[in-house]
Amino acid sequence: MNPISLEAMAASVPDGALIAMPPDNSLPSVALAKALVRRGARGLRLLGVPVSGFATDVLIGAGCVVEVQTSAVSLGEAGFAPRFSAALKAGTITVRDATCPAIHTMLQAAEKGVPFMPLRGVIGSDILAHRPDWRVMQNPFTDEADQVLLLPALSPDIAVFHAVMADAEGNVWVGRRRECATIAHAAQRALVTVERVVEGNLLEDERLAPGTISGTYIEAVAIAERGAQPVALLDEYGVDAAYVANYARMAKTEAGFAEWCAEHVFGALRAAAE
Amino acid sequence: MSVQPEERLAVALARLILDPAAPPARHIAVGAASPIPAAACWLVKKQGHAVRLSLLHKRSGNPFTEGSRELFDLTGQGRIDLFFLGGGQIDGQANLNLVGTGEWPGTGVRFPGSFGSAFMYFMTPRTILFREEHSPRVLVKQVDMISAPGVSPPGVFRRGTAQALVTGKCVFTFDPSSARFTLASLMPGESEASVRAATGFDFDVAAGIAEAPEPDKSTLALLRGAVCDEMMETYPEFCARVFGRKAAA
Repeated sequence: MNPISLEAMAASVPDGALIAMPPDNSLPSVALAKALVRRGARGLRLLGVPVSGFATDVLIGAGCVVEVQTSAVSLGEAGFAPRFSAALKAGTITVRDATCPAIHTMLQAAEKGVPFMPLRGVIGSDILAHRPDWRVMQNPFTDEADQVLLLPALSPDIAVFHAVMADAEGNVWVGRRRECATIAHAAQRALVTVERVVEGNLLEDERLAPGTISGTYIEAVAIAERGAQPVALLDEYGVDAAYVANYARMAKTEAGFAEWCAEHVFGALRAAAE
Repeated sequence: MSVQPEERLAVALARLILDPAAPPARHIAVGAASPIPAAACWLVKKQGHAVRLSLLHKRSGNPFTEGSRELFDLTGQGRIDLFFLGGGQIDGQANLNLVGTGEWPGTGVRFPGSFGSAFMYFMTPRTILFREEHSPRVLVKQVDMISAPGVSPPGVFRRGTAQALVTGKCVFTFDPSSARFTLASLMPGESEASVRAATGFDFDVAAGIAEAPEPDKSTLALLRGAVCDEMMETYPEFCARVFGRKAAA
């Protein structure tokens, strides 16, 4: 599989797509999120697996997003996600609150190709009261009273994440962050940015194979060095806390966010064109 | 160095973890952005108690190899004995609100969201609630919306409830049969009256409440030494601020 360019990858994402993304501790593709802002994507529906972070806030701030389904949105130590909070208050996005294991379970149902899966807990939470698509039923395997939550399978249009490397066969390596495998399995398409492409076949290496997602699930790979930054990538690089703190400060206002975008999303492009 | 408030809170949490009246804590999980609960767990472990710790956000040597669903799968099976939860609002029935104030989904102040609370609170045999800020805006009579309920009716599977609520002012224990908190001990300088003034819900008071004993020298040495060593990677700023330990350049 030949890598495509980051901008070509962003161009292949249609407006209105349901995009599943892992959060800041779990290999988000910040590079592709920024490329989607540059291409002026609109109407995106984001799924946080199981929560959302930096990349989601940037996409919301740039007006690319109409809906967020997630269990939380946060910038971690840098605090609340400012553009998410502002868009929620302004009513420009729909927020569908969930709880972490419910999102995993809906994706696992899609992985298995079954229409729904049960989950314990949640009954009595107001999350359930605001999810008409979720159901509660009596456990059919007991005569005792036992209410159980049923969750519908959820198959995102596109899984987006940042892996450490891809190989010539289109396999990608994510180490122990196996939630990326779950979203790749559950989604219709998986678009993966990587630090580098290596020769050979990752699945031939017994030690790398368990952290590898088979190319069966991967539609396209694009090279984006330091593509998870400012968040960490396994043992490759750490979080740039000062960068996130600066973002959190500037993105408090719409004007500050626009200024941040001009420098950090469009700036690199301008520099490259010069 | 005098005793830091965070150290006192970690010691109060460690005491609750080791409470002989509570179900055993063989495997404890700690969620994101929880330096004080993490310090309490490391303290218990470094004191020599046989406990397995799974820290969700540990970067090197993270215990979960099946992605972030593994914590919930473990908990669903009953393999996690103790978890910590907080909330933007906590009410007198131990209901937690991590969503926001006003109307759904947080038209007043929006909090980050419920995370795994709507599952973990049911499926863990005991939960220790922790919130440093003890004020009427956090400890409310009734939460604006429920991320996770404090108690559940019969017919809803539930392994446990809150064991206690620890704040910057005091420790409350929780009785699920009455769905009420009881003031159990006080942080230095606090009284029943000062706690009442800062709490939006009504609570009971244990007989003979007193200030919790100050952490002794060996406990403080452990916190500032071996516990801090373990926490440096995940919580460098906390370690610098509370334990006075600067990261190597």
